[in-house]
Amino acid sequence: MRPFTYERARSPAEAAAAAIRNPGARFIAGGTNLLDLMKLQIEVPPHLIDVNGLGLDRIEGTQEGGLRIGALVRNTSLAADERVRRHYGVLSRALLAGATAQLRNKATTAGNLLQRTRCPYFYDTAQPCNKRQPGSGCAAIGGVTRLLAVIGSSEACIATHPSDMAVAMRVLDAVVETVKADGTTRRIPIAEFHRLPGDTPHVETALERGEFITAVTLPPPIGGRHFYRKVRDRASYAFALVSVAAVMQRDGTGRVALGGVAHKPWRVEAAEAELPRGARPVTAAILDSAKPTHDNAFKVKLAERTLAAVLAEARG
Amino acid sequence: MVRVSLRVNDEVRSVDLDTRTTLLDALREHLQLTGSKKGCDHGQCGACTVMVEGQRIYSCLTLAVMHEGNTVTTIEGLGRPGNLHPMQAAFVKHDGYQCGYCTPGQICASVAALDEIKAGVPSHVTADLMATPQVTADELRERMSGNICRCGAYSNIVDAIIEVARSPA
Repeated sequence: MRPFTYERARSPAEAAAAAIRNPGARFIAGGTNLLDLMKLQIEVPPHLIDVNGLGLDRIEGTQEGGLRIGALVRNTSLAADERVRRHYGVLSRALLAGATAQLRNKATTAGNLLQRTRCPYFYDTAQPCNKRQPGSGCAAIGGVTRLLAVIGSSEACIATHPSDMAVAMRVLDAVVETVKADGTTRRIPIAEFHRLPGDTPHVETALERGEFITAVTLPPPIGGRHFYRKVRDRASYAFALVSVAAVMQRDGTGRVALGGVAHKPWRVEAAEAELPRGARPVTAAILDSAKPTHDNAFKVKLAERTLAAVLAEARG
Repeated sequence: MVRVSLRVNDEVRSVDLDTRTTLLDALREHLQLTGSKKGCDHGQCGACTVMVEGQRIYSCLTLAVMHEGNTVTTIEGLGRPGNLHPMQAAFVKHDGYQCGYCTPGQICASVAALDEIKAGVPSHVTADLMATPQVTADELRERMSGNICRCGAYSNIVDAIIEVARSPA
């Protein structure tokens, strides 16, 4: 690990200001992804801003009848929260499908959104990677691509976003709340939070330099039955090949988002009108512009079959 | 260097550390608590599992300096030769190990897993999110998936944990 200086922030705005003062600085909360990347020298921040003491670890009701989840709420606490289990089951299910108990006890809500891709070429510092070193090229294209994106990718990057939680947040229309160094706040809809790679795959979110996530809010509950079905290479502790987050109503209408297929949680609202007609027309519409590789073409069919399994369970 | 104070196994310990020092290295190299093991050093194997403020975490994936004032329990704090924690005794009884390298992490994770079930934390295999989670082999296999045993003592580990869960406290 490269040497770094360390400070504990005393307020969100102060954390944001410290990040502006220290170019290349990183916020650290759970640290489960960042420290791994620092050991591999994929991340080399000269300064760490510890935000664990900021008290952003509460889940509170909002005036509108939704929930405000503090940025530092741990994944275990969020999945186990009685209100989340009762009204936002897809979120509990997605969290519990990710990582291990040890990681969920440490990982935070904001950190989960901000985790980096697990593309093997991003991790291999001997290979070019536009995300790790902008302009160096993409070794994944033409490489082993079984785990990588089938849609929304670019000539510069075919990585996927690894989060399960974010896929559920997308289906729930969550909103990310932030503060900047000057104290101004903004609310970023989850649909606009993660970016597609384009020609700047190292720019992964809508956050500006120093901008600090304070909370993620959920709109009031939408009822329905909640599903998160994840297909992976082993039964536990593995990233998704494909995942389906869905909230299904009794009349067959609903919402659906896919994980494991793109650089961000993949949801096409217009495709949801097809839900009463079954999985095939829905995934055909969601993945209509898919450009899979020989290695990962199976993901398109797998997405359809995984959604079909969810719809069968919803009917049964 | 930064001064870090931790309450480790009911004893306050202060050490001067490079900011880069993980909690695992602080325990092993600076406090001579070598029960916690370094396997992968990347949060993939579970050998470094300890409890911080009662919660199991990977001590290799956190910095000691982030835990100023925290309470840490390692395998040495659970039990000692002659005064074993019930989970340690159950691992011995059920042959829950062969080489023993992953065992301290397995035992810390097991104790915490039962606490999590008691606290009502659901898992990926809990059928009903609103029901009280039960101690079953399926639940334990899922809840212990963050601890790898390359000797393959898994079935005996599950037996040991179930015995502790079912014994009167």
